Amino acid sequence: MSGGTQLENANPVIFQRSGERLLTASDEDEEVHDPIDDREIFDLIRSINDPEHPLSLEELNVVEQVRVKVNDTESTVDIEFTPTIPHCSMATLIGLSIKVKLLRSLPDRFKIDVHITPGTHASEEAVNKQLADKERVAAALENSSLLEVVNQCLSTRSI
Amino acid sequence: MKEALSLVQRLNAHPDSRCWFVSWSPSGTLLASCGGDKAIRIWGREGDSWICKSVLEDGHQRTVRKVAWSPCGNYLASASFDATTCIWKKKNDGFESLTVLEGHENEVKCVAWAPSGNLLATCSRDKSVWVWEVDEEDEYECVTVVNSHTQDVKHVVWHPTLELMASASYDNNICIYREEDDDWECRATLKGHTSTVWSLSFDATGQRLASCSDDRTVKIWKEYPNEAGQGDLSWKCVCTLSGYHGRTVYDIAWCRLTGALVTASGDDSVRVFKEDESSDPDQPVFSLAAQVTKAHNQDVNCVAWNPKEAGLLASCSDNGEIAIWRFQEEED
Repeated sequence: MSGGTQLENANPVIFQRSGERLLTASDEDEEVHDPIDDREIFDLIRSINDPEHPLSLEELNVVEQVRVKVNDTESTVDIEFTPTIPHCSMATLIGLSIKVKLLRSLPDRFKIDVHITPGTHASEEAVNKQLADKERVAAALENSSLLEVVNQCLSTRSI
Repeated sequence: MKEALSLVQRLNAHPDSRCWFVSWSPSGTLLASCGGDKAIRIWGREGDSWICKSVLEDGHQRTVRKVAWSPCGNYLASASFDATTCIWKKKNDGFESLTVLEGHENEVKCVAWAPSGNLLATCSRDKSVWVWEVDEEDEYECVTVVNSHTQDVKHVVWHPTLELMASASYDNNICIYREEDDDWECRATLKGHTSTVWSLSFDATGQRLASCSDDRTVKIWKEYPNEAGQGDLSWKCVCTLSGYHGRTVYDIAWCRLTGALVTASGDDSVRVFKEDESSDPDQPVFSLAAQVTKAHNQDVNCVAWNPKEAGLLASCSDNGEIAIWRFQEEED
């Protein structure tokens, strides 16, 4: 991480947050099995804080609901995220935060794949490979200083 | 002829954690497991079931990634994310920590004993493979550091009889090493996988090596005599098994008693492959003999054949479990 006061992307474009999920009658019916859907996964990750700006990943358009694909019966979740600039040094950290949030929130049966939206980052392949390597992810999460940074991204921000 | 994998027992080996690896003792009577809870557990058979005989704690500060038994069965080595390798010595009914090998810059990912028991190899995220020499006073000395990979080294294995070593890496390659004038050198680089190579296993003769990868394939490599007769070794890929695994293949084991191959995959499955005996040795054919598609509820990290009891198999998973299986050919 750069750590300095110089922001990599000082003036990011800010996007409107989406509204709350509209509840339907069947959502409130305890008798109906509700499969985990794209919106539910999106709601878990949209409020993750950007490591650089006091904004959420949704407000920076790093995550979008259309780039969330969940298959409840197959127990798979596939997420693409879009760094704000192609040389963003925070890409791995953002991807790790998304992955950790989902690992902590979803049932164990889910296989979670997090990768960069194709063509939006200079080191796309290297970042994707790191995020897919569960041994590296496990080792990273045993690193207390890195874990602290991830937890900061995942903490609820007071507005 | 019909083949089947039947469950013998499930063990909640590393509760609320991940079980990374299991290893049978050379006599096949004990099974060692390790995991994210920083502990090593030793399992033994009592009557018809497997029970925990001892727990080795306080050896490591972080995840214990792999464990390996010495060929005599009296020592156990453990590799950890805390950058150290612990050597444990069997004492009465338990184990005591004998020494700690330090030197790697970060996570030690694998440890393996040479068949003679006089050499130990370790590998790490620091991209290096270290060879340690053991003397009669239980002193360990690093004799070589080899830097032949450009990324993390995930796994290291020894040839079953010769002082020859192979390593697998995040750089997608496999390196084969031999000692040359008191120095270990990479004598062949096996390229073919398109992503991280997670594990390796030699067959009983050591003339073939099986590898498994994040590219969801298994490859069989065969040694060929070098035309020049000297220098670098020549290994060629003679078979690729693709289309069977739905996710990363984390481990592979070649049974030295039956020749069956078993794989552990991120798709939660355990699969056994058998070689078609009539196939051309230069183009061997392996077919799926048995599989359990939900062997565990989460990723299967490791598979190991019992070295003495043909068909007895152990697997372990991200959900902290160990499963013991029996693979057998049933007469119709």
